[in-house]
Amino acid sequence: MKKLLPIAVSLAALTAMNVSAGTLEDVQKRGVLKCGVSTGLAGFATPNDAGKWEGLDVDLCRAVAAAALGDAEKVEYVPLTSKVRFEVLKSGEIDVLSRVTTWTFTRDNSLGLNFAGVNYYDGQGFMVPKALGVTSAKELDGASICIQTGTTTELNAAEYFKLNGMTYEPVPVETSSEGRANYIAGRCDVYTTDASALAAQRSVFEDPTAHVVLPEIISKEPLGPVVRHGDDQWFDIVKWSHNAMLVAEELGIDSKNLDERGANANDPAAQGLLGTNTSKLGEMLGLDKKWAYNIIKQVGNYSESFERNVGKDTALKLDRGLNALWTNGGIQYAPPIK
Amino acid sequence: MSGTQVQENKTVTLGSLWRDKKTRGMILQIFAVIGILIFIGIIISNTVENLDRLGVKVGFDFLSEPANYDINQTLISYDSSDSHFRAALVGLLNTLLVAGCGIVVATIFGFTAGVLRLSNNFVLNRLMQVYVEVTRNIPVLLQILLWHGIIINSLPVPKKAEALVEGVFMTNRGVFLPQPIPQEGFGWVWIALLVGIVFAVFFKRYANKVQMQTGKLLPAIWIGATAIIGLPVLTFLALGSPLEVSYPALKGFNFKGGFVVKPEFMALWFALSIYTGAFIAEIVRAGIQSVSHGQTEAAHALGIRPNFTMRLVVIPQALRVIIPPLISQYLNLTKNSSLAIAIGYMDLVATIGGISLNQTGRALESMGIVLGVYLFISIVISALMNVYNKRVALVSR
Amino acid sequence: MSTETKKYPVGMHPALPPPSGSVGPVRWMRDNLFSSVSNTVLTFLGLYIIYLVVPPFIEWAFIDSVVLGAESRKECLKIMGEDRGACWSFVYHRWGQFVYGFYPMEERWRVDVSFVLTALTIAIVLVEKLRAIKAVLIAAILFPVISFFLITGGSFGLAEVPTNKWGGILLTFIVGLTGIFVSLPIAIVLALSRISKLPIFSFFATIFIEFIRGVPLITLLFIASTLLSYFLPPGSNFDLLLRVLIMVTIFSAAYIAEVIRGGLAAIPTGQYEAADALGLSYWQSMRLIILPQALKISIPGIVGSFIGLFKDTTLVVIIGLLDPLGIGMAAIATTDWAGLSTELYVFIGVFFFIFCFGMSRYSLHLEKKLNTGHKQ
Repeated sequence: MKKLLPIAVSLAALTAMNVSAGTLEDVQKRGVLKCGVSTGLAGFATPNDAGKWEGLDVDLCRAVAAAALGDAEKVEYVPLTSKVRFEVLKSGEIDVLSRVTTWTFTRDNSLGLNFAGVNYYDGQGFMVPKALGVTSAKELDGASICIQTGTTTELNAAEYFKLNGMTYEPVPVETSSEGRANYIAGRCDVYTTDASALAAQRSVFEDPTAHVVLPEIISKEPLGPVVRHGDDQWFDIVKWSHNAMLVAEELGIDSKNLDERGANANDPAAQGLLGTNTSKLGEMLGLDKKWAYNIIKQVGNYSESFERNVGKDTALKLDRGLNALWTNGGIQYAPPIK
Repeated sequence: MSGTQVQENKTVTLGSLWRDKKTRGMILQIFAVIGILIFIGIIISNTVENLDRLGVKVGFDFLSEPANYDINQTLISYDSSDSHFRAALVGLLNTLLVAGCGIVVATIFGFTAGVLRLSNNFVLNRLMQVYVEVTRNIPVLLQILLWHGIIINSLPVPKKAEALVEGVFMTNRGVFLPQPIPQEGFGWVWIALLVGIVFAVFFKRYANKVQMQTGKLLPAIWIGATAIIGLPVLTFLALGSPLEVSYPALKGFNFKGGFVVKPEFMALWFALSIYTGAFIAEIVRAGIQSVSHGQTEAAHALGIRPNFTMRLVVIPQALRVIIPPLISQYLNLTKNSSLAIAIGYMDLVATIGGISLNQTGRALESMGIVLGVYLFISIVISALMNVYNKRVALVSR
Repeated sequence: MSTETKKYPVGMHPALPPPSGSVGPVRWMRDNLFSSVSNTVLTFLGLYIIYLVVPPFIEWAFIDSVVLGAESRKECLKIMGEDRGACWSFVYHRWGQFVYGFYPMEERWRVDVSFVLTALTIAIVLVEKLRAIKAVLIAAILFPVISFFLITGGSFGLAEVPTNKWGGILLTFIVGLTGIFVSLPIAIVLALSRISKLPIFSFFATIFIEFIRGVPLITLLFIASTLLSYFLPPGSNFDLLLRVLIMVTIFSAAYIAEVIRGGLAAIPTGQYEAADALGLSYWQSMRLIILPQALKISIPGIVGSFIGLFKDTTLVVIIGLLDPLGIGMAAIATTDWAGLSTELYVFIGVFFFIFCFGMSRYSLHLEKKLNTGHKQ
C-alpha cells in the first residue's frame, strides 16, 4: 500500500502533463490522429498485406487527418473490439471512433458521445448456408444464431424474433473471426450482423457462393463516426470532413479534376469548397483554407472511397443502394458547404 | 537526579519522539492514513470530474430497465424484456453452476489422480504424473479454447446426429438427454427421500453408539443406503410412477424437448475440472505423504486392518493438511470460470459485465457489481475456511 | 563341467543368487504392475489409455503433418491427401509474428539482443557458479535496463517502436518478467505490512491483498483497459500496455505477498527475539535476520506464483493485446489458414509447457537444495 502511493503520484504527475486543451490542438501538437477502427472487417477497416489499413471507415479517419493535419497518412489506427470501443473513446485514448458504429438514441444521449454523421446506411441481415434451403428470415424459428456481442445486433435479433413469435438460440461471439469459426463448424445455422459486414464475411469464405444473405433487413443501422461530448469544434471538424466528401461527389469534384475545378472562377461552389477563392470556410472550423482540398486530393470524394473499398469491383460487391446521393435515389444528403 | 529528569522533559525534540518506538509507530500510521486518504481523494475527485466532463450520470437505476437481449442458458425464467438485474442474476447462476459442477468433478479427478500417483502401480502413477504435469503447465484459457474447438468441430450437427441410446444425442450444439418431468404427487418422493436420509443419519449414530458400548459393528452404511434409495423408489412405485419423460426430437433446425447441456458449458466444465483436478492431485498427494509413517505403523501394531487404517487414521490427518489449499483451489476454479467470455458462455462477466455494460454504458457500476460479487463469494468461502481451520487446529502443548 | 558341488566348510558357503522370481524385471513387474487382480486390471486399463491417446497424437502431430511447402490450409490438405494430420505451415509462415508481433522487420535485432541479455541475466541468477561473481550481479540489474531502452527505442538514435507493435513471445516475456520482478519488492512490503504490529498498516495491507486475490484477473484487466482512465486526471491517458503491466504487477504482488507471509510465519519467534536482543532496529533485523531466511523458504512458492503469472499472460488476448495466442487467432482468421484452431492451441500449449515445466523442475531442484536439514 505504502509503495503504491508514490507510484500513483508520479504517474499522476507524468500524465498530468498532457492534459488536453482541445482535441484539435492535441492532434496538431501530436502530429498524428488516433482513430479507432475495427479489428479487421473487410471493406471497412482491415490491414492489407503490407500492413497498411484500408476501408471505408479508414478513409474517414484519413479524411479527418487530411483536414486537421494536411496529410491523410498521419493516422495511428487503434483496432478495437465492439466491447471496449466506447470506453476507449471516452477515456481520450483515441480522437475519433470510426468503427461501423450504429447511431442510436441511447448511445448518443447516455454514453456521453456525439455521432458526427452517417458514412454508411446499413441494416441487419441474416446469412445462411445455401444447403439449408431457407429463403426467408421468417423460417428461422428454432434456429441457432451467431451474434456478435456488444452491438445493437443482439438487441435487434431479440426484438425481431419476439415480434414474430419465434424462438432462437443465441450463440454469442466476441469477434467476427470467432463468429466465422462457429458458423463454419455448424455451431449455429445463421450468422446475423449488418448486411455490409455479412457481405464482408462471406467474401473470405472458401466458397462464398455456398452462402446466401436472406432478403429481410430487420433494422436501421446508420453507421458513422463518433466523438466525445464537450468539444464542439472537433465534432464540427469530423462532421464536415465527412460532408465535404459527399458535397464533392455532388459537385462532381474528385481527386483527379479538383485542380481544374478549383481554378475555374465561374464555379464559386467548387472554389469555396476547395479554398481557392476568398471564402474563409476553413478558418471557421479552425483549419487551413485547403482543408477540403486536402481531403479530396488525398482520399477522394465519397463515391471514390465507396467504389474503392466496398463497391462493385471489390470482393464485397455492394450496391450504392441507400448510400447513393439523394439526387440518385439514395439518402446520402449533406448540408450545403457555404 | 531530579534535575536531569526536568531537563529531559524539556527537550522533547522531534528526534527523541522518532526514537521512541511507540510514538514512531503512531507517526508512521498517521502518515499512512493521510497518504491513503489523499490517494483515495484524488481518485474520487478525478472520477467525479471525468464523469462530469462526459456528462455521464452514475446510479444503479439502469438495473431495472429491460435488458433487451437474449441468453442461451438460463436456470431461471428469463426473457429479453426482463431487467438487467435479472440478466445479471442469470449470469451469476450460470457462474455458480459451472463452478459447482467443476468443483465436484475436479475433486473426483484430483483425489483419484492424487491417490493413484502414490500407488505402486508403475503404469498408473506415471500416467497420473503426466496428466498432472501437462495440464498444470498449460494456460487454462488455452485448454478452454481447445475443448471448445474439439467439441464444436468433432461432434456432428443436429441433422446428422444419431442417438447413442434412446433419447441421447451428442451434437455440436450440445448433448441432448431425456428430461424427466415430475407430475402431480411427485413431491411425496422427495419427502420419502428426506425421510430416508434422516433415518440413515440416526441409524448411523445409533450404530456408532452400539460400537462404542459393545464393540459390535452394525452394517450402517448398507442399511442407510437401502433406506435412502429404497424408500423413494417404493413411494414412486406406490404412487404409480408420477413421472413423464420428455425425449429430445429433431424439429426444424434443432432438437426440441429433453434436456440440453450446451457445448460452451461442457468445454468450460471439462477444462476447469481437468485443470483444477491436476492441482488438487498434488495437494492430495502432499497431504497423504504428510501423515507420518509412524501413524500407519502404530495403527498396524494396534491390529487395525489396512482399509480401516486408511479411513480412520491416515485420511482424517491428511484432510487437515488437504482442506485449506483445496478450498483455495475451489476459489481459483470459480474465478477462472470468468474466462467463459472467451467461448461465449454467458456467466456473470459476460452478462452484466459484458453485454449490459455495453448496452447501457454504465461501466463503473457494472464492473463494480462484478467485482463485488466475486469478492463476496471469496470472503464467504475464506470465512468458512477460517472456521474449519480453527476446528481442526492441532492442540499442541 | 561337472555338476558336482564343491565342498565348503560348514557356514562358509558363499551366498547363492536370489531365486529368479524375486529380482530383476520379473519381480519388478510383479510388484509394480500385477501385484493383485485389481492392480492388473488397472495396469491394462492404463496401457489401453496410452494406446488410445499416444499413437494417434504422434501420427497427427508428426507423421501425417505438413510443415513446409504449403501456402494455405487447402494446400496442406492437398499434400496430406487421405491422412489428415496437423498443418503446421501457418506457424512456419508467421513465425516472425509469433516471436516479435508487429515489431518492424529492420528493428528486430534489438529484440534479439534483448532476448540474449535476458537469457544471460537468468543464467546469472540461476547458475550458482556465475552468481558468486559480484560484477555479474550488477549486469543482472544493467541488462534489463539496456533491454528496456533497446525495445522501446526513442533514445540513443534508435527509432521509437510504439507498444501497439509489440506482440507475440516478446509480449509474453515483457508482461511475465516485468510482473514478477517489479512485484517482488512490493510483495515484500505488503507482507511485512500485513504482519506488522501497527494496526493501520496491517489493516490496509490485508484489505488490499484480499481484494486483489478475491477477484479474477480478467476483471482487473478489463478495468485496466476501460475504467482506469476514469480514475486519472481528466484528459490524461497512458499506454495500454503500461496499464496492463501495472495491473499484472499489483495482481502478482498480492499473491507473492501471501507466499512471503507464509515464509515469515515459518520463522521461529526465537529469531525475532534474538534480533531484538541484539538491539537491531526493525529494518536491520528484517534485512539481516528475518527476510533472508523467510525469502529462502518462500522461493519455491514464488516460482510457483511466477509460473501462474506466466500462464495468465494469455489473458491479455481478451483485452486485445497480441500475445502468441492473439497473433495465432489473427492468423487463423484469414482465408488462407481458417480452421486450424487445434494446431494453434497445441502449438501455444507446447510453448507454455516447455517454459512452465522447466520452471517447476527448477523449483523442485531448489526446494531440495534449500532443504538444509531443518526438517527430519
